[in-house]
Amino acid sequence: MAHRKLTLKEKYQLMTRGLDWETTYQPMDKVFPYDQYEGIKIKNWDKWEDPFRLTMDAYWKYQAEKERKLYAILDSFSQNNGQLNLSDARYLTALKIWMQGITPAEYNSHRGFCMVGRQFRGAGARVACQMQALDELRHAQTQMHAFSQYNKHFGGFHQAMHMRDRAWYLSIPKSYFEDAMTAGPFEFVTAISFSFEYVLTNLLFMPFVSGAAYNGDMATTTFGFSAQSDESRHMTLGLEVVKFILEQHEDNVPIMQRYIDKWFWRGYRLLALVGTMMDYMLPKKVMSWAEAWGIYWEENGMALFHDLERYGIKPPKYHEIATLEKNHITHQAWTVFYTACPATAFHAWLPQPYELDWLSEKYGETFERYYRPRFAQFAELERAGERFYTNRLPLVCQTCQVPVFFTEVNNPMRQSVRQLDWQGMKFNFCSDGCKDIFAHEPEKFCQAYIPPQQIYQGNAGGARNLQEYAAWLKCEFGKDSGEYYTSEDYARWKQWHGGKDTTPSSAAA
Amino acid sequence: MTVEIKTAHIEPLRLTFDHIEARIGKGRAATRYQEAVHDLQMTTNFHYRPTWEPGMDLFDRRRTAVVLADFDQLIDPRQYYYAPYTIQRARQQELSDANFGLVEKRGLLGALAPEWAQKIRHLIVPLRHLEWGANTNNAFLSAYGYGAPFTSAALMQAMDRLGMAQYITRLALALDGQNAEVLDRGKQLWLADPVWQPLRHLVEDSMVVKDWFELHVVQNLLLDGQLAPFAWTHFDAALTAHGGVGFTLVTQFMRDWYAESTRWVDATVQVAVSESPANQALINGWLGQWLPRVRAAVAPLLAVAFAEHASAIAQQIADELAGRLARLGLVGEV
Amino acid sequence: MRDKVFIAFQQNEESRPIIEAILQDNPLAVANEQPAMVKIDAPGRLVVRRTTIEEKMGRAFDLQSIHINLISLAGNIDETEDEFILAWHGA
Repeated sequence: MAHRKLTLKEKYQLMTRGLDWETTYQPMDKVFPYDQYEGIKIKNWDKWEDPFRLTMDAYWKYQAEKERKLYAILDSFSQNNGQLNLSDARYLTALKIWMQGITPAEYNSHRGFCMVGRQFRGAGARVACQMQALDELRHAQTQMHAFSQYNKHFGGFHQAMHMRDRAWYLSIPKSYFEDAMTAGPFEFVTAISFSFEYVLTNLLFMPFVSGAAYNGDMATTTFGFSAQSDESRHMTLGLEVVKFILEQHEDNVPIMQRYIDKWFWRGYRLLALVGTMMDYMLPKKVMSWAEAWGIYWEENGMALFHDLERYGIKPPKYHEIATLEKNHITHQAWTVFYTACPATAFHAWLPQPYELDWLSEKYGETFERYYRPRFAQFAELERAGERFYTNRLPLVCQTCQVPVFFTEVNNPMRQSVRQLDWQGMKFNFCSDGCKDIFAHEPEKFCQAYIPPQQIYQGNAGGARNLQEYAAWLKCEFGKDSGEYYTSEDYARWKQWHGGKDTTPSSAAA
Repeated sequence: MTVEIKTAHIEPLRLTFDHIEARIGKGRAATRYQEAVHDLQMTTNFHYRPTWEPGMDLFDRRRTAVVLADFDQLIDPRQYYYAPYTIQRARQQELSDANFGLVEKRGLLGALAPEWAQKIRHLIVPLRHLEWGANTNNAFLSAYGYGAPFTSAALMQAMDRLGMAQYITRLALALDGQNAEVLDRGKQLWLADPVWQPLRHLVEDSMVVKDWFELHVVQNLLLDGQLAPFAWTHFDAALTAHGGVGFTLVTQFMRDWYAESTRWVDATVQVAVSESPANQALINGWLGQWLPRVRAAVAPLLAVAFAEHASAIAQQIADELAGRLARLGLVGEV
Repeated sequence: MRDKVFIAFQQNEESRPIIEAILQDNPLAVANEQPAMVKIDAPGRLVVRRTTIEEKMGRAFDLQSIHINLISLAGNIDETEDEFILAWHGA
């Protein structure tokens, strides 16, 4: 009577597949009302290939092991004042942006996967999405716990949950995830599992987290790599989702191509923040944004799209533009952060001499010609006691919500601005990519909550200028925001180090 | 460069985040549970209306008729955030795995009286699908509920149900020498056997309930409140006299889970009931609508399982649930 | 030259036998060390073999537990109890 031992594949099949059934007391379309309206055609959910065959008990087992390791490190980190081991307190700006922008995004990703974990009618896809939903909750929570120790000793963390729904620069990640969550389930998984997780998160979790290790931040290194071990499951889900949808019906191909185009561009714009972390916020450098883009997009990303050619999928629209911009965007973004930091919950500064040299080495003539002189000018003003801050509200792209500071690819001296009239209103964009996205869904993107416009309309606590706006965000100048080298963070850091400045003098550890 | 750090002088600026301080007061240290769940969900300045439900915000209090001043009051008494949840379940799965190993190796399910082995195939194996329904419903709660304390616990509940569906699958395979036909027959019973149809009808109806708190009450309070005691307590007890030790070993997870999840379910329902007479009336209304159906749907299973003892056991289960409902400030008798 | 697949692990004692096994089973694979992590690139295809890891470790190894120290990967996955294969299927 005893049968042979079941293989992993067979066992997993039995453990998930037969569980669901075709409902008859209620119509399937009423039980699953949201997985039809995008026009994606699924003929047979049973063709779904489970990327990883984790049963729930195996999931608990491996994830618990990861958590035990992670919290052992977080405990020892806080018991031993691990924040003192950082290379330099400037590094904290990256963590503040992480907590204000990325941790809420992890939470939103969690809820989004809860939604698709209910919305899809295929059992295999739903189980995969539910596990990812639980993983994303893990990421949000472990990040809160890692940052908890930093919050006790530095500014900029304590009001993050207030900032997250209000601050101009946090509207970038917020609108990105809300766009995905308010879309249909197929667009959501393509956006997050495929375009974000598969194509783009390596850029965040590999070079940046490796950089955290380089800069003595064991808390972030540990949660970062531990989170990324879940991501490898998520990325695989992303690839399987896309292949499955493409194989189901040829009509799905153009819809998927549009999702891939849209979400590549939106993700790329979001990652400008990450690139700036790598080039400007890590006191000890690991690799430049341009180098990371070369490895993780030009090499690994293109390999992925070669693999998808057989389905009739082309690399995302405007990817060449992204590659052409790789030598520019981080310098432009940091310039904006440097001048607008009083209206943020982080500090900014001018790159130190060793960093200017490192940037020159990595970006060559581009940096020497366009950006180094600009930083020299700011340094001149600082020496004259006139540290420059902007007092203007920026013009913001209606789609990605990044202020329109990027330049034309063929002319780094000219700002790239696009406009479009829709229903008697004028909308502004940072690029053709963002304008195209709006043009396809104007009813959706005209709804966006654009912070500068909200300020003008009196919806930011009646703030009339950037000072009042910062107060509404609960950002106190010197404590949470403004120049690093005159900040309380810096003063405290120096005091802990016997009054000495610990700014590194070289990019190497 | 070596710099001597005088750690004795390091005084924290604050003990926790502003949003936690606003809840627990200044100068108090927060628990990891508090920092892991409170105010994690966004509440304002949403960018776009959902294309799948344009009349609502992305997160919207109006998705339930229950009104709470603060949905973050729906905390989990177990204080589960991801780490303690997975670590607790990993401990339980280690025990279950050892139990399954023992039962499979020693053929302990073979000791069952044939009549009772048949009852497991008839009454327990199809519960895989009931658990899947519970997974679906709790996924709904995690997706459309309001506030991270509730929705995060609901997702854990959803995953627990998937885990139990898989344990039942493993139990069925162990019972029939790893022959998967036992699962196909179980599914046929779920789909067509008259004993199961009232229950399947009820589960499918619950899957189209739109009010998430109503669904929480129906699935986690009423349906589980009837079914879990039936399958994992009374049925298990009846098997004892018929060679049921193997069954007891491989269903220990379910009993532990039920005792634990009841604490969460009761705590959350109690918060809603005690907030206002309107909530209390609303939830009592749901009880009036669903509880008789739940009892009627479970009755045929009891009849097959316990024959002449069925009505006494049904009464016992009903009394236990009625007592629980009364403690929550709800009407137990319907 | 075929497109590269890659797999990356945390740099620690548990990963060591896994990395050694991969490099032994995939002669074209190249290990690239970065702070706290190791990234292994290979043209077209890479296999992680349970038996080789077990040889290196001298005890039984459950292939699914590579997840614990896995950081990232690129390529289509095919996973069994014995092998974990990463490959590009395209041209």
